[in-house]
Amino acid sequence: MIIVRRQHRVLIQGITGKQGTFWTERMQEYGTNVVGGVNPKKAGTTHCGVPVYASAVEAMKETSFDVSVLFIPPLGVKDAALDAIEAGARNICILTEHIPVQDVMYIMAAQGAETDITGPNTAGSVTVGESFMGFMPAFNERIFNHGTVGVISRSGSLGTLMCQNIVSAGFGQSAFLGIGGDPIIGTTTREALEALDNDQGTEAVVIVGEIGGAMEEEAAEYAAGMDKPVIAFIAGGAAPVGKKMGHAGAIVVGNRGTYESKQKALQAAGVTVLATPSDVGGALKERLGS
Amino acid sequence: MNFEEHAAKPLLTAAGIAVPESRLARTADGAAKAAQDLGAVVVKAQVPAGKRGKAGGIKTADSPEEAKAAAEKILRLEIAGHAVEKILVEGRSDIKREFYAAVLNDPATKGPLVMFSTEGGVAEKKPNSIQQAKVDIRQGFGPQDAQEMLEGLDLGGARDGIADVLVKLYAIYRENDAELLEINPLVVTGSSGVVALDCKFVIDDSAIKLHQELAATGTPDKLTELEARGEEAGIKYIELDGDVGVLANGAGLTMTTMDVIRHHGGRPANFCEIGGEAYTKARTALEMVLDKPGVRSLVVNFCGAFARCEVMMDGLLNAWDEISPDLPVFFSVAGTGDEEAIKMLKDRLGADPLSDMDAACKAAVDAAQEEKKGGNGG
Repeated sequence: MIIVRRQHRVLIQGITGKQGTFWTERMQEYGTNVVGGVNPKKAGTTHCGVPVYASAVEAMKETSFDVSVLFIPPLGVKDAALDAIEAGARNICILTEHIPVQDVMYIMAAQGAETDITGPNTAGSVTVGESFMGFMPAFNERIFNHGTVGVISRSGSLGTLMCQNIVSAGFGQSAFLGIGGDPIIGTTTREALEALDNDQGTEAVVIVGEIGGAMEEEAAEYAAGMDKPVIAFIAGGAAPVGKKMGHAGAIVVGNRGTYESKQKALQAAGVTVLATPSDVGGALKERLGS
Repeated sequence: MNFEEHAAKPLLTAAGIAVPESRLARTADGAAKAAQDLGAVVVKAQVPAGKRGKAGGIKTADSPEEAKAAAEKILRLEIAGHAVEKILVEGRSDIKREFYAAVLNDPATKGPLVMFSTEGGVAEKKPNSIQQAKVDIRQGFGPQDAQEMLEGLDLGGARDGIADVLVKLYAIYRENDAELLEINPLVVTGSSGVVALDCKFVIDDSAIKLHQELAATGTPDKLTELEARGEEAGIKYIELDGDVGVLANGAGLTMTTMDVIRHHGGRPANFCEIGGEAYTKARTALEMVLDKPGVRSLVVNFCGAFARCEVMMDGLLNAWDEISPDLPVFFSVAGTGDEEAIKMLKDRLGADPLSDMDAACKAAVDAAQEEKKGGNGG
């Protein structure tokens, strides 16, 4: 996956909707390089100061965008994402929750080697001081402050809390990568971890994981070979078996996806596993020196 | 959403996969009458759960009297928390071999996975006995794919019949937005027919709105009264067995609030999330959290991102004014709109948030224990 920088050109599919408009304005204020939007019914107009195109394919011809962010309702996401893939987007950020899973699998099958998909059901990402995508409170200085800690999160709300704890402990972030809470998502925890491992501005990584699936276990395999310290918190240790805990992906089935399995794999890889998110400051001081 | 066997099998029939003749009954007499029509039968509990046989929910019967006796026993059972209220009485098949077939959404390959094993039935399948075919959902799964998957297996004269079932199974999976579609066992009969003796179908919850007629035949999750109220109001609420109430925004944060309560030695009473556009539902959410019997204290944990703290706090305080609950409440407030929300809390409730969610959770756990000692456990 790519860490979105100020020079990356961002397209907003669904720019004219209420949420699309509100968050496009926030992104522009922050410095995100928004170069256009898509709404087939309003092609040719201007919205949030940028041109609106009929499709991502059309937008690509004039804007050469790198990344597309989708503010699109669940049943429209498949067509919008296929449009962005056909256009040749390098990254597509899908914020929408409750997309039919077979639509998601169709998008994943179609994505090709040049395109990364982030999400669905992600709150987006923040490259602190440069650019943000989605609906993260990048502009709140008590939550995001420039520093060297990279954060990966399946959850927007919990990721936000973790970022606040990092800042209040006197640290700051290089980037926040939201990857989404659905069972089938594009960029995995492992891939996000690799991106932060290769990022020169990142000196330590905090993983905010959840019960369900096997992504934290896969990430642990990669973390075992890293020089940068890795810290993790896994939500859902107190969750009952067999219940979906709000996120479609957060469910323990039999012995799969349990808190214990993830904790064990991460600890074996040398990752500091936090008992509560408030412990992140202490762990960073210990692993990075304060 | 899960579908019971009798609701899943019509999907197979409609696609041309053979199933035994059957009748659905709700009483032992109904089972006897069905057995009169069908001869030798299998009487099967209809519940949205597996391992029915082990639980005593599947019995054979050779006469209407035996079917009646079997049904009486089965209708008294509770299987995996589900009281048996319906039974399927099905004509018995002349089974020569038992296989396993399924199509499911596979998070590892991010696509559909077709599975087949020559070891059907309830026995644990040896991992090397399972054939798996990853499907490119854009291309689908056709007769040639099925034949390739079955290559090298000893299937006798049933090979083409099984290949045909796999292709049809995949088509049903796609047309109905299945999360899981499974036939276990898929049997070969004495006349070399391939017949599905059972069927498990789980529809993707995110696709239910596309299949409303079909979804009406499914079995919704068994909900408590409070959980059903939450579903009706569009609020995710899960009832738990503790005494510390939880009201938070976002799935990850709400789950973590429960974890932190447990970390400090307490027990969460519920999972209840009001995020983003659900802020207008703060009143309903608060009522549900308070209506849970035995709640002794409450944690309100807001961390604004998409959902703005001041909007959630306003909704909550409006509800608080109307309900005037009599229990200790502890707040943690951070993120988008936090300053405004904290001011609101001070002005309208005369309260301050605690320094962080750990402090709020710990205070609520302590308060619940105090209340318990004081006998105010009502």
